[in-house]
Amino acid sequence: MDQCRSIPFGDRLRIEADQICVDYNGVVALYDASLHLRAGCICGLVGMNGSGKSTLFKALMGFVRPSRGTIQINGLSVPRAQRDQAVAYVPQSEEVDCSFPISVWEVVMMGRYGSMNLLRIPRESDRLAVWHALERVELLDLRHRPIGALSGGQRKRAFLARAIAQRASVLLLDEPFNGVDVRTEKLMAELFLQFRHEGHTILISTHDLSHVREFCDLVVLINKTVLAYGETAEVFTPENLAMTFGGMVPNVLSGGPTSTEDFK
Amino acid sequence: MTELLATATATGLSWLLEPLSHEFMVRALVVSALVGGVCGLLSCYMTLKGWALMGDAVSHAVMPGVVVAYALGLPFSIGAFVFGVGSVALIGFVKQKSRVKEDTVIGLVFTGFFALGLVLVSKTRSNIDLTHILFGNVLGISIADIQQTLLISGIVVAILLVLRRDFMLFCFDPTHARSIGINTGLLHYLLLSVLSLAAVAGLQTVGIILVVAMLITPGATAYLLTDRFDRMTLLAILSSALSSVLGVYISYWTDSSTAGCIVLVQTVLFLLTFLLAPRYGILKVQRSLAP
Repeated sequence: MDQCRSIPFGDRLRIEADQICVDYNGVVALYDASLHLRAGCICGLVGMNGSGKSTLFKALMGFVRPSRGTIQINGLSVPRAQRDQAVAYVPQSEEVDCSFPISVWEVVMMGRYGSMNLLRIPRESDRLAVWHALERVELLDLRHRPIGALSGGQRKRAFLARAIAQRASVLLLDEPFNGVDVRTEKLMAELFLQFRHEGHTILISTHDLSHVREFCDLVVLINKTVLAYGETAEVFTPENLAMTFGGMVPNVLSGGPTSTEDFK
Repeated sequence: MTELLATATATGLSWLLEPLSHEFMVRALVVSALVGGVCGLLSCYMTLKGWALMGDAVSHAVMPGVVVAYALGLPFSIGAFVFGVGSVALIGFVKQKSRVKEDTVIGLVFTGFFALGLVLVSKTRSNIDLTHILFGNVLGISIADIQQTLLISGIVVAILLVLRRDFMLFCFDPTHARSIGINTGLLHYLLLSVLSLAAVAGLQTVGIILVVAMLITPGATAYLLTDRFDRMTLLAILSSALSSVLGVYISYWTDSSTAGCIVLVQTVLFLLTFLLAPRYGILKVQRSLAP
């Protein structure tokens, strides 16, 4: 689990969140949460529903402003980092309107919009980026298909390709392993390792603990604040998990299925 | 046989050409084709974004604006635009500040505006004809009104063309749009402003009551015909402009309501598509289910 340190991106920080507090009209969603992530690592963000996982994502994407604390991405403020196309968000498949009349190619091209001019007319370099991204997620053959004609796993890969085409250095993934087929899961696992090697920082929000044990160098346990944070092997203790899940330790340490989400 | 064919062609030609000898018909055809095309383009975004009710709301809410503008001697499109955007802002405000659900707020605000318009018409001493506002008056459209419609159409088309990719992304995945630094709040209100403008233009041809049909039906028809966004916009523009022209002709020859004919043709086109569309028509489904 120490691979993270052996890669040449060393101590360059991608995400620096310091003691951030977020509240929605007085209701606290996150307090005193700090998180420092280096370039080239895969970090699992684990917590129950309503624990503040999505709030942390929103704060990192600049959708909510922390009432206290600071966030920097690549040493820049969040809006600046956004303009640099530094952060890519890969949504859950269910969040997107799949009857939208749009092809896989066009979806991935949307990853390039932020780097295009006002009219969003693709240049050769944009087309090349889209082509390579589709190649990496093995969807090149299906590029002309409407997005609605893809399976759940293929759709997931299409959105991953969009993040690749965007060339973001920080990838935020929301439940990436939900409802995907074995092939997609294997491919994503390989891609995550490649991304890490390329110096990307990947933050995976999930409550599927078995996957965290498999893929993540680091884990953040979260319940309204960061409860524990560090190397997966050290953080995944029964005590920490009990804190995270409010006493009900899921059946993870034995490696069995951990949540009903798997059966969706 | 050839004689029969020749007679049929001649009848068809005169059906098409005779109305063109009247200037008011030429004007009506040109304006409704233009407005139809513009509303058809916008209707793609309305149907994909799920803003049909919003279209209905904005088109009704422009009513008091039209009356006030007439009373003050301003171009009616200015008044209509102010009230259209005002209603949208009010809907947003009430929704944010209260626990009432959005569709309720929309219904509440637009009927309120519409009622205000009705009262204003009855209390304003002017030559406003209520039926013209409610049901359109494309056969009696004035040159000044045509100029206004041209200007409005130009603005709407320019905005939609320049930002068509951004609006497409905004309809499809606003989260991604925001995360790459696109100002989705601005796009939201810009699209609603464009909607107000298009409603004003559509009001000329089919009136307040039916303008929402121009703003959703062509998009819905095109949506059943293709899985490509660009093709969908083209089909929507075509079907909408064609319906408008055909509607005006039918209304001429049957001496019936122009607005009614235009919208009826659009509805028939939708029904035909609904039945016969190659991939998404219901007859296709039944055929593929049969052994």
